[in-house]
Amino acid sequence: MSDGPGEDFATYDERRDDADGTFEENRSQVFERLPETAADREVEGRPSREAVVDFWADRFGVPPETFDGYTFWEKGAGKLWAYAGDAPDAIDVEALGMVFLRVRQDHWKPTTDAVQRFARDASENVVLLDDEQAKRFVAGEDQDLKWDGDWGYLVVSHDLAGAVEPLGVGLYLYGELRSQVPKGRKRDID
Amino acid sequence: MVLERYDPLVDDAAAFRAACDRPLPSVVRVNTVKTTVERAMRALDEDGHGYERADWLPELLRLDSDSPGTSWPYFHGWLYGQEEVSALPALVCDPQPGERVLDPCAAPGSKTTQLAAMMDDTGTLVANDNNLGRLSALRSNAERCGVTNLVVTNQDARNLSLKPFTPAGSDEQPRFDRALVDVPCSCEGTIRKNPDAHDDWSLGHVQQIAGIQREILRRAVRTTRPGGTVVYSTCTFAPEENEAVLDAVLAEESCELVAFDVPLDTRPGVTDWKGEEYDPSVELAQRVWPHLNDTGGFFCAKLEVTA
Ligand SMILES: C[S@@+](CC[C@H](N)C(=O)[O-])C[C@H]1O[C@@H](n2cnc3c(N)ncnc32)[C@H](O)[C@@H]1O
Repeated sequence: MSDGPGEDFATYDERRDDADGTFEENRSQVFERLPETAADREVEGRPSREAVVDFWADRFGVPPETFDGYTFWEKGAGKLWAYAGDAPDAIDVEALGMVFLRVRQDHWKPTTDAVQRFARDASENVVLLDDEQAKRFVAGEDQDLKWDGDWGYLVVSHDLAGAVEPLGVGLYLYGELRSQVPKGRKRDID
Repeated sequence: MVLERYDPLVDDAAAFRAACDRPLPSVVRVNTVKTTVERAMRALDEDGHGYERADWLPELLRLDSDSPGTSWPYFHGWLYGQEEVSALPALVCDPQPGERVLDPCAAPGSKTTQLAAMMDDTGTLVANDNNLGRLSALRSNAERCGVTNLVVTNQDARNLSLKPFTPAGSDEQPRFDRALVDVPCSCEGTIRKNPDAHDDWSLGHVQQIAGIQREILRRAVRTTRPGGTVVYSTCTFAPEENEAVLDAVLAEESCELVAFDVPLDTRPGVTDWKGEEYDPSVELAQRVWPHLNDTGGFFCAKLEVTA
């Protein structure tokens, strides 16, 4: 992520993940478990569990232990789920744990709910908003922002009840923070 | 009028009727998958929302205002809007971390998310509903609450198949440790929240839905392991949908009713109604009348599977 923004972000902006269901591309109705490492891969293009844990650690500084006890699954192309329970290897159900990462695109994109659940200890590419900025972000607005770090997907946080809490994912490009909060999650906070 | 039907069953019919006419406060349950009760209260304080903590369940907060949906703690999935008395059956079910738990009529997920929090988001929680639209609400509620031990299925709970959990080439059908059977019902007890809840009431509908309730409860008993717990709950007063359903399932399946303690004032299940006599053990079920604790109406029974 160092050569500057590419064209590809434009299309990702159109895509909706998360629970509002406007983006469904289920080629397969079955959840398939991610291989442990790239060497175990049987399905073309499917990332390994190791690569996914490394992504959270490299991009956001999320400690790899955060995902101990979780299995990762793909249903349809590129939609990954994190699940804490037991299940056989390929399971035909509606949902398994939570949707947490969109892959099979140049820049992997975490979901709002995954960032809230797993990125509390994130230490890199985290932007802290004040209250007024945070309200605009969760209302779904894009806003100008000074940010010296990387462009691309950021964890967007604010202070709440005495600690930093992740709100969701923002796409930082050309001096602007674009809210990625999905339609069904947007709110006008009082 | 529907409520008159139940005058013979209540100790104070006037108080019962008066309570049913009063609206209920807006109540939220703190979602401990994502935060603590202390931090959620602090966030509400900072936002200027007033509340009172329910003494019988520390996670329940009765709000002064009606709009928790537009507060910071709600956005973070720290709060779930839930009628106070509907937090009771999960408490009776008492799921433990690491267990396998079934919620066969789960949408939109208020009890599912409560069960997940009680399990510390570990083990396996299967949430099923036959209504796909309501299931999608359940999925977004569960994701907002950060629940990750959840499997969501879309089946008719009357013949719920365990096949999705059976490894290919095996016929092992892993049974559940517990089930919370929160069946569809005539919803008479929600009159304080929905003043038109009784508009479409008919005895025919009550009898029809009772048939469905019975089949859903039977299947839940069969998919729970011997020694496991099945909790049956409704938000209605009609004995046809409550004690009569238990009476039928006790006769058909290997299970028995067991006594349980709850931190609310309740009355025992009724053993005779409109000329019918039910198995005497249905007395172990508990009825929450609205005037007893100033809540909605509720019915809850605890069964143990015997074989
Ligand atoms: C009382 S509501 C459940 C409320 C839910 N337990 C909660 O706490 O949020 C009953 C649910 O049963 C579902 N239902 C009705 N008939 C069913 C059936 N045959 N199989 C599965 N679900 C059914 C309805 O769609 C409805 O969502």
